Amino acid sequence: MSGVDTQSDSFEELAMPLFDQLYNFAHWLTQNREEAEDLVQETYTKALKGFSSFQLGTNFRAWMYRILRNTFLTSRTGLRAASTVPLDSEDNGPELAVENATPETILMKSSNSQLVQSAIADLPVHFREILLLCEVEEMSYQEIAETLSLPIGTVMSRLSRARKTLRDCLQRQFQKG
Amino acid sequence: MVCEAWKAKLDTYLDGELPEEEMRTFDAHVRSCTSCAPDALTRLQMKRAIQVAGNRFTPSDEFRRRIQRSIARKPQRSLRLAWMLAAAAIVILAVGTLTSTYRTRSGREQALRDSILQDHVFSEIADLHVSTLASTSPVDVVSTDRHTVKPWFQGKIPFAFNLPELQNSEFSLLGGRMTYLDQTPGAQLIYDVRKHHISVFVFQERSLRVGSELEWPASLGENTLSPKKLPFNMETWSQGGLRYFVIGDASTADIDGLAKLFKAAA
Repeated sequence: MSGVDTQSDSFEELAMPLFDQLYNFAHWLTQNREEAEDLVQETYTKALKGFSSFQLGTNFRAWMYRILRNTFLTSRTGLRAASTVPLDSEDNGPELAVENATPETILMKSSNSQLVQSAIADLPVHFREILLLCEVEEMSYQEIAETLSLPIGTVMSRLSRARKTLRDCLQRQFQKG
Repeated sequence: MVCEAWKAKLDTYLDGELPEEEMRTFDAHVRSCTSCAPDALTRLQMKRAIQVAGNRFTPSDEFRRRIQRSIARKPQRSLRLAWMLAAAAIVILAVGTLTSTYRTRSGREQALRDSILQDHVFSEIADLHVSTLASTSPVDVVSTDRHTVKPWFQGKIPFAFNLPELQNSEFSLLGGRMTYLDQTPGAQLIYDVRKHHISVFVFQERSLRVGSELEWPASLGENTLSPKKLPFNMETWSQGGLRYFVIGDASTADIDGLAKLFKAAA
């Protein structure tokens, strides 16, 4: 078997187990099935072509997510979403995210997954992506930092603000409902 | 307030990201603190709720098969082999015809090598062109105005280029997008001429040479048209440090016409 075949085999073995997760993440980013499919397709094409530059032994999952996310950011939807990122500093460390109101308690009582899905969908994309990578993909801060090309301190502060924004959003939705 | 300090790190603790010793200390504190324990519990439930809600979208079986086909070893290999064989056959035929007229033996060998490489580049460009047109959103910047499309690329690609004036021509600009050839960023412009779509790719010549598997043959220069038996026509040239590719199913005259406009604008 040639080196090319071995490489292609390795890529398939490494990449296909990530397919469902990558698609889920792509759909959350694009919020559209067709765009999510285009994004995943382009990610796999780019990753296969660039697989020779991937260093075996390093984090393949973070590498794939980084390709997907960078591809998204250069897409029309991604550019539109990225243009809404606030310019405030993110290097102030984690916030003290404790409120008197407890949407968590509300959540506990309602157990309404649709409510949470709606709140996640309403988050700005830079909060949505980091929250999903942490809670759904269960990535470590280090993996998230690699995926998003951010310092770990920024990962922590952005994650903290994403959670706070989600809690506030749930609180508002609950009050409306 | 001691608990305020604990609570500031509550999420980091629940993410399992505190140093080992601090995790143990935190464990002991949370178990005994009547203020932190309920907070930790509710945040943990919030994490679980996000996890459940976040696992929302499932790809279709058809899409999964499509991806598997696109990365599977054997189809890839047979496709590549088919390309190489087809390219080699065309080249051998072309070279064979030309031998008796003006090419030397060493020239034929060089031509064979160059032509195979040309076809390899051509197939990459053809893939990019086809996949773009097949996409639900083929362009990222939608505009017929070159003064809108050109600035859109600023900061996205590491070079600048000029777009031609299309007044009094049959071409119309549809928009542009970023693209990659062998991991090198470039620009792709989509034009329309009599309902045919033409892609114009622009890359930095220097970047394509560095780290690329493709050794750009010297003969892939001015006015190299694609092999006539393949489904697209293409023209490529280098100008001002940039490598241009014009490709589409339009006639060779149209491809040449658009290429001339770009050459004049560069």
